[in-house]
Amino acid sequence: MKIKKIKEILNAELLTDDINTDVEIQAVNCADLMSDVLAFQNKGGLLITGLINIQVLRTAAITDIVAIVFVRGKIPDKAVIDEAKSKNILLLCTKLPMYEACGLLYKEGLKGISE
Amino acid sequence: MNNNSVLFEEDFKIKGWDFTNAGEASLKIKNYLKEVGIAENILKRVAITSYEAEMNIVLYAKEGTINFKVTPKKVLLEVKDRGPGIEDVELAMKEGYSTATEEIRNMGFGAGMGLPNIKKNADMFVIKSEPGKGTKLNIEVYLK
Repeated sequence: MKIKKIKEILNAELLTDDINTDVEIQAVNCADLMSDVLAFQNKGGLLITGLINIQVLRTAAITDIVAIVFVRGKIPDKAVIDEAKSKNILLLCTKLPMYEACGLLYKEGLKGISE
Repeated sequence: MNNNSVLFEEDFKIKGWDFTNAGEASLKIKNYLKEVGIAENILKRVAITSYEAEMNIVLYAKEGTINFKVTPKKVLLEVKDRGPGIEDVELAMKEGYSTATEEIRNMGFGAGMGLPNIKKNADMFVIKSEPGKGTKLNIEVYLK
């Protein structure tokens, strides 16, 4: 599923508008604990999280996550957004709670990382 | 060429509780391996073990070092810290066991997955720890 479609489904805002959104997302991981993100294969994936610190980006860069959706209306500060741009990681934010964001994407056919 | 000859070596200094740079050493290691054409699945395992070890220094120790070496056969990481050490290493190797503070958990870490995840991704892993002094990890990931 393309980022454009994910943005639409989640009624999300794109925080990194200068990064190419023509990226195909294969699978989704969802966690607030970065330790748990590191314990799974996330290649080419999307991370849904409520954590907005810089460690989310470093963890994403280590595990080849290409896009992050921040839920519950949380917006990271400028330093995090700037680093995402430098690491070519797409950032989106939605007002939806985590469960609903995951449910909507799953319903539309996006699979989890273990499938 | 001798299988043990070092093709590349770099030392990284890591500071405790320095979140501005936390993870950057491991990203440099990952990028180096990518540039020299190491297979994706291998460089990812190195990156994850290195990042877990680097975050352990940042979260628990005063300071530490990562020595990164590449030989024709493997990638070697020696991670040393000056920190509290681990009282019971066997217990620390159990998934889910953690001594993390609330502050560490708020950063998204401390799930008790770090050391078991290093072991899972490494081909060779040795941990030595002295309470009150620090911890030393030796990690190897084979290139084939």
